[in-house]
Order: sequence, then C-alpha cells, then structure tokens
Amino acid sequence: MAETICPENILEEIPVDILLDKSLEKKKQGLRLSQACAAYVNDKYELSYSFANDETYELTTLRVVIDKDTVVPSITEIVPSAVFYENEMKELFGINIVMLSMDYEDRLYRIEQEAPMGPKKEEA
Amino acid sequence: MGKRSIIPYGPQHPVLPEPIHIDLVIEDERVIEAIPSVGFIHRGLESLVDKRDFNQMAYVAERTCGICSFQHGMGYCEAVEHIFGVDVPDRARYLRTIWAELGRMHSHLLWLGLLADGFGFENLFYQAWRVREKVLDMQEMTSGGRLIFSVNVIGGVIKDITDEQMQIILKTMDEVEEELKVLQKTFLEDYSVQSRLHGIGIITKEQAHDLGCAGPFARASGVKVDMRKRGYAAYGELDFEPIVSNAGDSYARCYCRMMEIYQSIDLIRQAIGKIPKDNTLATPVKGNPDGEYFMRVEQPRGEAVYYVKANGTPNLERMRIRTPTFANLPGLCEMLKNTELSDIGLLVLTIDPCISCTER
Repeated sequence: MAETICPENILEEIPVDILLDKSLEKKKQGLRLSQACAAYVNDKYELSYSFANDETYELTTLRVVIDKDTVVPSITEIVPSAVFYENEMKELFGINIVMLSMDYEDRLYRIEQEAPMGPKKEEA
Repeated sequence: MGKRSIIPYGPQHPVLPEPIHIDLVIEDERVIEAIPSVGFIHRGLESLVDKRDFNQMAYVAERTCGICSFQHGMGYCEAVEHIFGVDVPDRARYLRTIWAELGRMHSHLLWLGLLADGFGFENLFYQAWRVREKVLDMQEMTSGGRLIFSVNVIGGVIKDITDEQMQIILKTMDEVEEELKVLQKTFLEDYSVQSRLHGIGIITKEQAHDLGCAGPFARASGVKVDMRKRGYAAYGELDFEPIVSNAGDSYARCYCRMMEIYQSIDLIRQAIGKIPKDNTLATPVKGNPDGEYFMRVEQPRGEAVYYVKANGTPNLERMRIRTPTFANLPGLCEMLKNTELSDIGLLVLTIDPCISCTER
C-alpha cells in the first residue's frame, strides 16, 4: 500500500452561531481554506468549510447543519478567499448568506433557475 | 489622482482560450481593482448525481475538463473508493500515476505554448505544442483517447499498459527531455522573454496562503504544498519533492511549470521501473457507497477537491468538485492590482486558467 502522509479527514460539527469564531480560530492556526460547499440533505442544508494544514496535509472540515430559513454570516471578512464559495452556495442552493464582502446577487453563474440544487419549488 | 474608468476584459479575448470576464478599474494605465465574472459556460455537472449512478459519475467527472480529464476521473474514483474502503490493486495505482503525469506534462506544455503566444513569440508556441504532441501520442497509444481516457472505474482501471508500450513511453520521455532542454533555454534564459515575465504580477508567500492559491501559482510564491505528497495512487512510493520558487512573479510561475515537466518525466520513469507485474487491474465493489469523503489530488493547476456524499443508494446525495482555478481566482484579482493594463492578458494566463473546470 502507498504510504499515506495524510491522516483521515477530520469533521467538526458546529452550530452556526460559532462559525465565525471557529473560522477565526482556524485562520489563527495558520490553516488555509481549501474548499467550502453546501449540500441539501433531508430538508436541511449542510455547509462544509474545509481548512487545510499545508505542512501535515491534514484537512479539518467545519460542518454546519441548518434549516432552510437560517441566516448564515459570511466568513469573507475573516477568510477573503471564501467569496466565490459563498456566492456559489447562495446561488445554487438558495442559502441566506449575509455580509458577503462581494455579493454577486445570484449572478455568479448567470443561471435562470433559482437555487437549482436547493429545495424543490413545492418544498420551498 | 488620475481619472478612473472601467475597462471590460473578456469574455472574448485573443489570449483567452475560455471565457472569463474581468472588470478592470483603471487609473491612467494602472489597474486599481479587478472584479471577475464567470458563468458563461456553467453546465451544472454536479447536479447530474440525480440522474446518473455513482459508477456513471466517474465518466461525468472525467468530462469536467478537456485538459486534466484523467485526474478528474481519478480524484472522483479515489473518493468513492475511500467510502467503500476498497484497496485498489497495486498495478492500477501505478498506471494511474503514469497517466496522471502524462496529463500534467501535456497540460504544462500546452500552457507554455499559450504563454509564448501571449507574449508574441509564435515560433516558441509552435515548438512547445510540437513537443506536447508526442505526449498526446503516448496518451492515445495507451488509452485510445488523446485527452479523454475513460480508463478509471471505481476500484481501479479498465486498461493496461503493455511492456512494449512502456518501452515506447520511456524512449519518448528521453526525446521529450532533450527537446525540453532546448525549449527551456528560450523560456528561462532569453532576454525578451525575461523582460516580459520578471517582476510582473508578484504574489507574496503570505498572500498566496491567505488567498488560498493552489498548485504552481502558490508554489511559485514559495508555498511548499503538493497534494501528491499525500501519497495517493503510487506517489507515496516515489521519490520527489515539490518544485518551489520564492520570487512570486510570472517568471517564477513559468520556471515552476517547466521544472514540473522534468519532474513528471522522472516520476514516469520511476513508476515504470517499479510497477508490479500482477495483472489485476480493478477490485470489484459490491453494493452502493454509504458515507462521505473529501479527496484531494494535485492536478496540473493545483489542488482539486472532490467531495462525495453517499447514502447507500446508487445515486449520490452530493458530488462536488472544487477545481484549482476556482481557488486561484482571488489570487488572480490581487495579482492584477497595480499592474499595467498592457500586462493584463499575459498575467491572466500565468495562473493557467481553466474556466470550463471552474464552472463545471
């Protein structure tokens, strides 16, 4: 088997109200935002913010599970590179992300359908 | 303070192979701010998980991009294999490594050609692509496809490379290496080329880290990170170190990619030298995946992240591809600040943008 330098992914489930604090903590630890994405599972949104340690190749993902109408604060003031990830979540899933440093107002991908990967119309 | 105005750059522009639009806020001839817009070719590939099962999604992932298609398929398959907990046969891991490095070589040679075209050195462009053609021939000989291989499946690969083909690859690597030495002399030592690249579009190590830059773009700024060091496929058994430069300018990006082609040649030689003789190419998987995994691979443009979430049914709940160009967009905006308007075309090229990847 190949020598695996990276340990398994670490997943930390956190409430949305400490998302900014946790993001700041990761930034202070010198971690890099590797990716952020959303999923719509069982009538809830799952947001994943993955922070990478480029020395140990460890990947820690902050997982926030929220209801459809929950307001999510943007982490772009802490991690500027989150701007495109959060615009994507907002546009494709219809997640209510506020305080974005640059809000494309659902025109990042220029798609006509509203939140195509979020709740189906009748559900919403 | 001069008069400020906004110059639209793209989506159609001679140096852009794919469409991206950037609003350049300029003062006199100097860029103050760059605001990018994508979305001209968004295809919604990720939402195909509703219609295609997890096996078919390997082919969808591969069609995310026409340049780094093999690595997209490999990254997706490795993510699903982690969820299944399946061990990929040793020979398949080495085959994946060989194909991945051939892909990196052709991608970097393509970029070198585009760069030469960008600064107006047409002969150099032709020469870089002539050498690239030899790599494409190797890809066609081993997989049947010049760019889209369709050899990755969950659990391994479906095609083998014969001993005779490996000898041809080794011979071609020798030829490419010799031709690359000639190209390198011009790309890295020619006065005209240096004057277009040195000291232009500088991103510091701190900026590259804070802005989440990936791949040669980050390594050219001194960030020593290369996902291959994680040891996926057969990389854990091969000897290599990330190629890093500290200058952070356009020249450093050119240097890193040029050296990475040599590194790929070396990795292919190592892989061919160590590949096991066992003929098993894939481990069959039973049932449907259940769980989630974030897989990271090093594509030619940098770290790509494949997030797969499965619920025990044939259709995944979520498949997400974070491509390296997507991660490099904030760095690109920062790099364009305080540069001359006439350098913009070349600077956009230096991150090796792949927009069809980015928009999926």
